[in-house]
Amino acid sequence: MKQLALSKLNELFAAMAAQQQLYIPADKGGQAQFLPYVDGMELTKSLNTARSAKDLFFPQTEDIVGFQVKGTEITIEETRDPGAPFVVFGVRACDARSFEILDRVFLSDPVDTFYETRRTNGTVVTLACTRPEETCFCGAFGIDPANPGGDAAAWMAGETLYLKANTKKGEKLLSSLPLLADCDDNAVETVQAEIHAITEKLPLNKLDLTGFDGDHLMEHFNNPAWSKLSESCLGCGTCTFVCPTCQCYDVRDFDTGHGVRRFRCWDSCMYSDFTMMAHGTNRPTQKERFRQRFMHKLVYFPSNNDGIYGCVGCGRCLAKCPISMNIVKVAKTLGEGTK
Amino acid sequence: MTMRKDPLIPMIGVVTDIRMDTPDVKTFRVVGLDGKKPFEHIPGQCAMLSMPGIGEALFSITSSPTNEDYLEFSIKKCGCVTTWLHEMEPGRQVTLRGPYGNGFPVDTELKGKDLLIIAGGIGLAPVRSVINYVRANRANYGTLDIVYGSRSKEDLVDYAEIIDEWCKEDGINVHLTIDREQEDWDGHVGFVPNYVKELNFDTSKTVVMCGPPIMIKFTLAGLEELGFRRDQVYTTFELKMKCALGKCGRCNIGDKYVCKDGPVFRLDQMSELPDEY
Repeated sequence: MKQLALSKLNELFAAMAAQQQLYIPADKGGQAQFLPYVDGMELTKSLNTARSAKDLFFPQTEDIVGFQVKGTEITIEETRDPGAPFVVFGVRACDARSFEILDRVFLSDPVDTFYETRRTNGTVVTLACTRPEETCFCGAFGIDPANPGGDAAAWMAGETLYLKANTKKGEKLLSSLPLLADCDDNAVETVQAEIHAITEKLPLNKLDLTGFDGDHLMEHFNNPAWSKLSESCLGCGTCTFVCPTCQCYDVRDFDTGHGVRRFRCWDSCMYSDFTMMAHGTNRPTQKERFRQRFMHKLVYFPSNNDGIYGCVGCGRCLAKCPISMNIVKVAKTLGEGTK
Repeated sequence: MTMRKDPLIPMIGVVTDIRMDTPDVKTFRVVGLDGKKPFEHIPGQCAMLSMPGIGEALFSITSSPTNEDYLEFSIKKCGCVTTWLHEMEPGRQVTLRGPYGNGFPVDTELKGKDLLIIAGGIGLAPVRSVINYVRANRANYGTLDIVYGSRSKEDLVDYAEIIDEWCKEDGINVHLTIDREQEDWDGHVGFVPNYVKELNFDTSKTVVMCGPPIMIKFTLAGLEELGFRRDQVYTTFELKMKCALGKCGRCNIGDKYVCKDGPVFRLDQMSELPDEY
């Protein structure tokens, strides 16, 4: 384990940024977001960013390929940027888990090479949550905010920042920073105990997810509660856009005037045109669309992925939903059905 | 770092021939830039075709794998990409990628069986690949019954091939039907589900079925009345898809993705999934 006086945090950021692009969670436009580090930039005081660090690995829009169409002929133009190594500092434990979930989608055969390249280029430094909030429920998914994942983990305790490598990539980063001093592995035990004392009391952290598995798929799907739960859903898609694990995308073409760019962009199963085809849609009302999102996170995804839920309990959808509907309410209501 | 080609990046194909099948269905022959068949496939598999600037869409490959020269797609004009395709001239390039999906189990579960193929309208496209594969490997299969229906005689896709080739071969029984009487038609008139019941097929047959959802629903009910089990019936689905790689999320039904776990499903497997198709 390494340590550094928190007063020297900016020196650490400067040292990282001198080696490779660095992103830290900072305030801009009234909200916390991951921004490219510039000298003197300060870490946000917010617990977490409005949007997760998903953007850095799976951007909201990205070019896939370009085309030139001349007469009857088409030529393909590689538009891909090979990218460069980067570090993202300050990812919370919940968001760090979301990468494991996204990996299962994008790195499974056939591999999404755009995502793969960014995962290879990126080093994730997590930051333990010293004061989890009441919308947090990562504990329900077995995530420990006092012991976050990522390539390296960081803790802030008193006037000191502690850092510990979890992977070779993390090891490489930490060993390249001479201003870090060695320290004992148990240096963070006190702060970890303090975090656990808070998470113990979090109202949503003990969300019971028994019965959410492939065995009860049809029971959950046919639960009459979906009508009531989805009744007020506006279909705005905010929950999907702030979600660190939502990965549905659209592929579209754009004529730039100098050729065609094929790009992909985030999409949302909450939207009516998501499954709309020329002959109609298989999810005609908001009830079906609403059900799809929660069934996917709580039942379909775990059924295909060794029981791992497609939710990390970050609480963003709880905070942002304009009608105060959320995955906790859904899970509790459905859970009643299988007890 | 050397980068692999991403599976979303297509190859260039050339449309060498366009056949007008019905007033709203055309069949497109596609080869690679080298003039050869772009890739091998299994009957029932699909491919993404696109015209840059217009869009990309998934179509089932209607030619049989035993055709060594080209891929064929029978496409109904009904949306943005299909309208563009219907208006294009042969000789033009398009992009394609594939093949996608599982395909029909022609070399396993269908092998050695007496087959009953049921199709409605453009639903003939994916099963035509099965029919021609079976014809090319005749010794591997038992009898072949084909029930095919459309709105009118003009709406029967591949009519010339059906009459000139399928109807003339031993061991193949073709049963055509159209929805309403018309002057130059002396064949059966009526909907596919009722016709299947009337024909009273032996329940030892294995069924391969494709058509509009309403036809599938009523035909399945008819087959069950005759004594067929759901595990004797295979069908193929098509939902909206963008990636065809199991990632974009669109064709998700229950814990399955139609693009990679399907599009072919045995109907007893479908019974375990939400009714969202």
